[in-house]
Amino acid sequence: MSKTKSEKLINEKGLRVDGRKFDELRPIKIEVGTLERANGSAYIEWGKNKILAAVYGPREVHPRHLALPDRTLFRCRYHMAPFSTEERKNPAPSRREIELSKVIREAVEPSIFTELFPRTGIDVFIEVLESEGGTRCAGITATSLALADAGIPLKDLIVACAAGKVDGQIVLDLDEVEDQKGQADLPVAISLRTGEITLLQMDGIMSAEEYEKALNLAIEGCGRVHEMQREALKKKYAMEEEGAEKEGEDEVTSE
Amino acid sequence: MSDSYEVPISIKMKRIGELIVQDKRLDGRGLLDYREIKVETGMIEKANGSALVSLGNTKILTGVKVETGTPFPDTPEEGVLTVNAELVPLASPSFEAGPPREESIELARVVDRGIRESKALDSKKLCIVPGKLVFIVFVDIYVLDHDGNLFDASALASMLALTTAKMREFEVKDGAIVYKDGFVPLPINNHAFEVTMAKIGDKLIVDPSLEEESAVDTQITIAVDDEGNICATQKSKIGVFKPTEIVEAVKIAQTKAAEIREKVLGGL
Repeated sequence: MSKTKSEKLINEKGLRVDGRKFDELRPIKIEVGTLERANGSAYIEWGKNKILAAVYGPREVHPRHLALPDRTLFRCRYHMAPFSTEERKNPAPSRREIELSKVIREAVEPSIFTELFPRTGIDVFIEVLESEGGTRCAGITATSLALADAGIPLKDLIVACAAGKVDGQIVLDLDEVEDQKGQADLPVAISLRTGEITLLQMDGIMSAEEYEKALNLAIEGCGRVHEMQREALKKKYAMEEEGAEKEGEDEVTSE
Repeated sequence: MSDSYEVPISIKMKRIGELIVQDKRLDGRGLLDYREIKVETGMIEKANGSALVSLGNTKILTGVKVETGTPFPDTPEEGVLTVNAELVPLASPSFEAGPPREESIELARVVDRGIRESKALDSKKLCIVPGKLVFIVFVDIYVLDHDGNLFDASALASMLALTTAKMREFEVKDGAIVYKDGFVPLPINNHAFEVTMAKIGDKLIVDPSLEEESAVDTQITIAVDDEGNICATQKSKIGVFKPTEIVEAVKIAQTKAAEIREKVLGGL
């Protein structure tokens, strides 16, 4: 983040490098149940990000001594394919991937009724096939759908989206260029039903006022991604007459 | 997994929860009080900089070593900052020798983020020959005694070790580095201090001890720079925050970071 700010990332018309407005998401496409063998899976395209999430479990835990007597052992592996980045990424897990695996696990686990499956394990595998900034948010969004697809009882779908500061402005959903050259990035994951934030990270520099503004914008973005999450689930699972339960969805952004 | 390492005594955990409701803590602190902070610098003579920070019973030693190397291709005119954390086995029954686990990686990366994003270290001034030779500043965090809140203690020790570090004076002759006799401080422009707050029930407490960490729902670490700007955040542990709690945490972090700044930088 924030190497130099010589290039302009927002033009005179207030449009960003890729032509978006400050509060506009990149195009998002979500598919549930993409993989055959996994118990649950989801595929998300978020801008140029292409990410698969697969869920295995509840199943026996290996190694066995890790099993917990009162709840399921929830594990998460976030991994980037060697060809997903500009320069080839070494396939061995980097420190960044290990940290992201941890925070993603902690972001998603609060939504799972872990106590329903004692002595078992649920494993999530997130593979970033192509990356363009914001992979942790896209990965979390897909993971929650993959868990739902696996039939694991959830308190809510967890949805994630980032906001940040670019050219002094608070903007939604930073892409790779904005992430690298902008001033701050604030990814947020939330359970919208309860309004509870399950992931919050930030790097960059913002004042307290900007921070609050970015937090609120990210949550607003989460709301829009959540609609797409629900649509994707419905597309796979809803019965024919699904129109009945549409309550007040005034916009379903893009495909 | 981290929470299975330390065996919490359930009766104590219950007591911690009961006390917090009455705005009290097991060790008698107020909800927003830090434990006693003690700092000492420069005790490792072979290191360019070093700092020993005690936060109550938590003890962290950080050493800074400055070496030369090649810059990253995308930042040819900037020196390199590398932060590493070791959860040394002598610090806790739950630490084991071996390759770094996610806890130590997270610790190092959160400390790194605060220093890096606040631009505390002026990396441009660490360039010797653009694209070829730069200074690499290694910050090695050594956890010596683990009694909770490793983030704040490590960030503080790292910041102090950097602030007090000295490097050999040098000049560049014919594209090579020539060292002189004297020493100069590292180019420090700003300071980042990290403030960790834990949530128990609907209360936020500052600087959780190890016992408290076993009883908390979740926690958040916020780094604040000299101007009161926020330069890094990390929510850690399973559990959730309301957006209003985040806003409150930011305010608390600003106040507490200012207090720490005054206390530790004043004495240097």
